[in-house]
Amino acid sequence: MDALYRRLTTANLKNSPRLWAGFAIPGTVWLTVLFVIPFYAVACVAFGTIDPVFRDAVPQWNPLSWDFVQAKQIFTSLATGPLRGVAIRTVVYVVCAMTLCFVIGFPIAYFLARHAGKRKLLLLVLIIVPFWVNYLMRMLAWVNLLSVDGLFTRFMRNFGINYNWLDGSPITVTLGLVYGYIPFLILPLYATLERLDWRLVDAARDLGAKPRQAFRLVTLPMSKAGLVAAGILIALPMFGDYYTNDLLSRSPSTEMIGNQIDFFLNASTQPQNGALLVLALSLFLLLFMSFYLRSTRQQSRQVTR
Amino acid sequence: MSTTTRRRGSPLVFVIWGYIIWSLVPVLIAVIYSFNDGRSRTVWQGFSLRWWITDPYASIFRNDETRNAISNSLVLAFATLLLVTPLGIALAIGSQRIRGRSANFVQGLTSTPLITPEIVVGAALLLTFTRLFTAVPLGFFAQLLGNVTFSLASVVVIVRARLVSIGTSFEEAARDLGATRWQALRFVLLPMLWPSVMASLVVVFATVIDDFVITSFLSAGVSSETVPLRIYSSVRGGATPALNALATLLVLTSFAVLIIGLFGLSTWRKRHGERGGLRAALADVTRMES
Repeated sequence: MDALYRRLTTANLKNSPRLWAGFAIPGTVWLTVLFVIPFYAVACVAFGTIDPVFRDAVPQWNPLSWDFVQAKQIFTSLATGPLRGVAIRTVVYVVCAMTLCFVIGFPIAYFLARHAGKRKLLLLVLIIVPFWVNYLMRMLAWVNLLSVDGLFTRFMRNFGINYNWLDGSPITVTLGLVYGYIPFLILPLYATLERLDWRLVDAARDLGAKPRQAFRLVTLPMSKAGLVAAGILIALPMFGDYYTNDLLSRSPSTEMIGNQIDFFLNASTQPQNGALLVLALSLFLLLFMSFYLRSTRQQSRQVTR
Repeated sequence: MSTTTRRRGSPLVFVIWGYIIWSLVPVLIAVIYSFNDGRSRTVWQGFSLRWWITDPYASIFRNDETRNAISNSLVLAFATLLLVTPLGIALAIGSQRIRGRSANFVQGLTSTPLITPEIVVGAALLLTFTRLFTAVPLGFFAQLLGNVTFSLASVVVIVRARLVSIGTSFEEAARDLGATRWQALRFVLLPMLWPSVMASLVVVFATVIDDFVITSFLSAGVSSETVPLRIYSSVRGGATPALNALATLLVLTSFAVLIIGLFGLSTWRKRHGERGGLRAALADVTRMES
């Protein structure tokens, strides 16, 4: 009945397509010009040529005459050459950081959604605070603590640990990624778990399932889509991260793909390589992005139905 | 029953408080060191306000470059708000109501920027402004266009969620009572959208004032240096606690905006008899429901 009513009323509003199209046009044009076309520009620089005199990248605006020599070189370099280490490192750091984020974040979201009780609002506010503290501030805080005479370094010296945290340490970079992105994981996780129908889990328990079984057979399957979406939501920016590395390490030994992009585009005379790496990264991330968009679209369809 | 659930949750209490301490204490320490009397950001040498106001050259409110960065940040944030709000509201309404193939295109176009890594957007716009749209010089104008592009999607998502929850019945009622389509939109729908508009203002302001990647890719040196860029370039140098003070100021600014926004949202809700106090307002500004 409700669905029928909604269909009738929406049908009524939908009969002025021109008006609504008029509303959508300015924003659509904006995004086409400043979001879609820029990707074309990246491709044109990536598959363009290099000026023989000034050594600068010359974009090739006609896709029919794109030149793939440099592209082949960069992709070979990513697969087997000098950039291979960067590619592997990026994936390893992100996978480790993601795993840690879930290990820490899931219990927190679970507790917030199920057992927080009277303190829920307070805990929620305290969990949201880091979400609103600037990323740079949070990194700066750790730079202060981890520097040679920083509080944390001095504290660890009491236990005989004398470690140079801020000089190309993979541990610092990975933990930095965890620290930076975990707030963005906990909130979507919490939203997913909060929406679950926990009566089903209780039913499983009543029917004799052990807590672990109920978790594996009921909670996890029900929340899987949300967990994957939340994971993708932080994996995407992590793959493109270069500032965490820049702030906490500054060493070539921990460089990620983002650092190479930043270097080629902002500090070198080879913007073409930067453009190629941007394309490579985008292609790689396109997988995750399309998966995410499809799953959220399904969810929103379920909600509106 | 309730006692068993509570007991099952109890080790998690330590996890959650541990997390809260881990996530907040380092930041608090950084804030405290902005009041350090010495030049060190790591060794405490007594309390002073020298890095905030008393030092005539180095304190953040008296140092010319820092003041320049603060004003650049504010101008950029407000200019972005001015452009992105009308653009985003219109796009949200339009994209929610058109149908067919173009609807899918618009839908995809409005959700992709939200999940594209900033470095990709920044790099793409940098190459565009330096090679294709060369009429746009790097600096304030490019930064403005970049920030509008990147934050447009979040306005659309927030406003669209509100549109879905409002439904079309109010507008239909207005139409039945003789309002024109435009009047129904202007006097019925738009006022009801206000909480989502307020939430978007808060979110966009905080995004732009904190933005580092896009703003840095599109900057043109000192003339367009914003607060995050200034912080970034000095974190690993031998900067004084003025750096901590500047970062604290940035955090305080976004919190001030957040609190004003939350307060406004819950007041609006109360006045209009809508349910959900602070928690609904928090959900609005953290995009938890998107």
